[in-house]
Amino acid sequence: MEISGAEILARCLAEENVEFVFGYPGGAVLEIYDAIFKQDKFKHVLVRHEQAAVHAADAYSRSSHKIGVALVTSGPGATNAITGIATAYMDSIPMVVISGQVGTPMIGSDAFQEVDMVGCSRPIVKHNFLVKDVKDIAPTVKKAFHIATTGRPGPVVIDIPKDITIHKAVFEYPKSVSIRSYNPPTKGHPGQIKKAAQMLAEAKRPFIYVGGGAVLGNASAEVTELVRLLNVPCTNTLMGLGAYPGTDDKFVGMLGMHGTYEANMAMQYADTIIAIGARFDDRVISSPAHFASQAKRIVHIDIDPSSIAKRVKVDVPIVGDVKEVLKDLIAVLKEGNLRPNEKALSAWWDQINDWRKPNSLWYEPHDTIIKPQFVIQKLCEVTGGDAIITSDVGQHQMFAAQYYKFNRPRQWINSGGLGTMGFGLPAAMGAQLANPDATVACVTGEASIQMNIQELSTCKQYHTPVKIINLNNGYLGMVRQWQEFFYGTRYSESYVDALPDFVKLAEAYGHVGMRIDKPSDVEGALREAFALKERLVFMDFLTDQKTNVFPMVQNGKGLSQMDLPPHMQNMQLVPFENNRDYGNLC
Amino acid sequence: MRHILSVLIENEAGALSRVTGLFSARGYNIDSLTVQTTEDPTMSRMTIVTHGSEDVIEQITKQLNKLIEVVKVIDLNEADHIERELMLIKVRATGKDREEMKRMADIFRGRIIDVTEKSYTIELTGTGEKLDAFIKALDQSVILETVRTGASGIGRGERILKL
Repeated sequence: MEISGAEILARCLAEENVEFVFGYPGGAVLEIYDAIFKQDKFKHVLVRHEQAAVHAADAYSRSSHKIGVALVTSGPGATNAITGIATAYMDSIPMVVISGQVGTPMIGSDAFQEVDMVGCSRPIVKHNFLVKDVKDIAPTVKKAFHIATTGRPGPVVIDIPKDITIHKAVFEYPKSVSIRSYNPPTKGHPGQIKKAAQMLAEAKRPFIYVGGGAVLGNASAEVTELVRLLNVPCTNTLMGLGAYPGTDDKFVGMLGMHGTYEANMAMQYADTIIAIGARFDDRVISSPAHFASQAKRIVHIDIDPSSIAKRVKVDVPIVGDVKEVLKDLIAVLKEGNLRPNEKALSAWWDQINDWRKPNSLWYEPHDTIIKPQFVIQKLCEVTGGDAIITSDVGQHQMFAAQYYKFNRPRQWINSGGLGTMGFGLPAAMGAQLANPDATVACVTGEASIQMNIQELSTCKQYHTPVKIINLNNGYLGMVRQWQEFFYGTRYSESYVDALPDFVKLAEAYGHVGMRIDKPSDVEGALREAFALKERLVFMDFLTDQKTNVFPMVQNGKGLSQMDLPPHMQNMQLVPFENNRDYGNLC
Repeated sequence: MRHILSVLIENEAGALSRVTGLFSARGYNIDSLTVQTTEDPTMSRMTIVTHGSEDVIEQITKQLNKLIEVVKVIDLNEADHIERELMLIKVRATGKDREEMKRMADIFRGRIIDVTEKSYTIELTGTGEKLDAFIKALDQSVILETVRTGASGIGRGERILKL
């Protein structure tokens, strides 16, 4: 029996076990919405802005092993989705975005609500399709899900002209998919894995550097096993937080621009680095020249060959699925009983523990002013370190990354690559729908939250009881910090005047609002809010206006050349001591 | 350094724009690009002439391979190869220039493929350098129009780029 293209699409999504479609209707997708109306296999979540649909679908993916789907109309619906797609692309998030398009006879005629979505989205998708025949819908959807979820994951856009959704065809969903030009790698090269194991055995100052690829590749268990097997210090990138447990003593904290002192020093002075699903990006190693100035050997495990040798030269590249590669690496290490030199390793640990002592995340507590770091520490305490935390972008994001101790992967959801303000709230919504029983909190600031605050309405409609932790300092905090450091404290346009009364605003949307302005009230308020399990609570914390994020590696500087927090500035710090008993360097 | 990349790519709408978009988005250079379907009509072959450091060429190759529709990429410079480019050049052919143009075309093994009272159109094939040399050898004032295809390249001998 022949059914319409729109019905075929709905059937395809059901075949892919899609649970939620995040979207917004419009002219070009009316047929699809009609087909959605007539089915009950998946639910539709009506957002208030298409950007939020894509962020919600993205976080739905990030926080689960499932894949997020967004649906938008042509023209402005499609362009509103662009920021969300770019966000997912930069962080390699599997997602399928379906956009409506004007009818095929109208394409290219500057029709109402026409935009070249395939062209607009081309640089920010893993792949995209324009469907030109109703018979192509099913195979295209099958391919899109396959491409989005395999290899290095990423968003895939399917642009469907309206007439194609009306045309009829017999529905048959392909059982399998094969694309001759697309064969993502799986296993790593055994010879390279042996070399990596050998290199680890020769290491005097080994260091394990874990990125978002370990989270996406579900390799957290293997990372943990490797670190513990070798007793080697480990760091996670902003995207990798949770891949190795944040409370474990082998974890030296996040590294990079706002990494801990010990993580950055260890990264700079390690003699052997195992990079796992990480890409040595500018916010992590800062200046490649300075990074390379200290001789080191690097093993780089990544599923994407183009990530390897892009910014730094590596000695042992291993292209493959991180989980598979790590399993094989662990097996080789166990089989050959290969371990780093114990004496050298113990000296290396002494060095790292010396770097840990000054506690680069320490801050001066205050009796009357709420420190943003304090809120995050209390948040971590009150939620038992077990909540899914989404964040927006800026100082609050860094504080969340530094002070919340993530012990499992997919618990920390943030826009790392693109740095999209407005991500946090829709992301919390998507994460809550993917994990209905989890506690979900969105750490945000008064500037970021206003970029997608309309989603408070969606949260009401779909009963997503997320907790919003608004660190309200009245400034675009990170912009203000850079202006203080680099622009002679000229705070050009970084003060946010005329803020709304967030408590009343939350109440207007039907939620609970709280304002907290005393440090002594922080914990109690958090406990009260998280006890309201069925309600969204908007917690407006009035925080210190001039707190800066430390440590900080300025652009172009080396990892060991950090701006340190005030308490460390006059401290006698332990330098890297090459004459510690590491033995002869390789 | 100059490199010639041969790319086998699915013959699909939009595939070319993915390649050119990649080059512009990542700041790579395209000196020339040619594309046509192969003996298998589902596949196209491109020859891209580019230049850059070894690191950049490695990234270009990897990024091209990452495009879903790209089937295979080889860097022809890695081994012996042949390259040819076609030029059509229209020159003024009046008075004493008429005989001179014919002679020059013969010397460069070009063929005159269109003749009018005032002009010749010469077809010339060779490496880019040969075509450059021909243009240089002419009195610039006689050149009315030139059009070049950009290089097509192929490996020598047993070196074959096929699915």
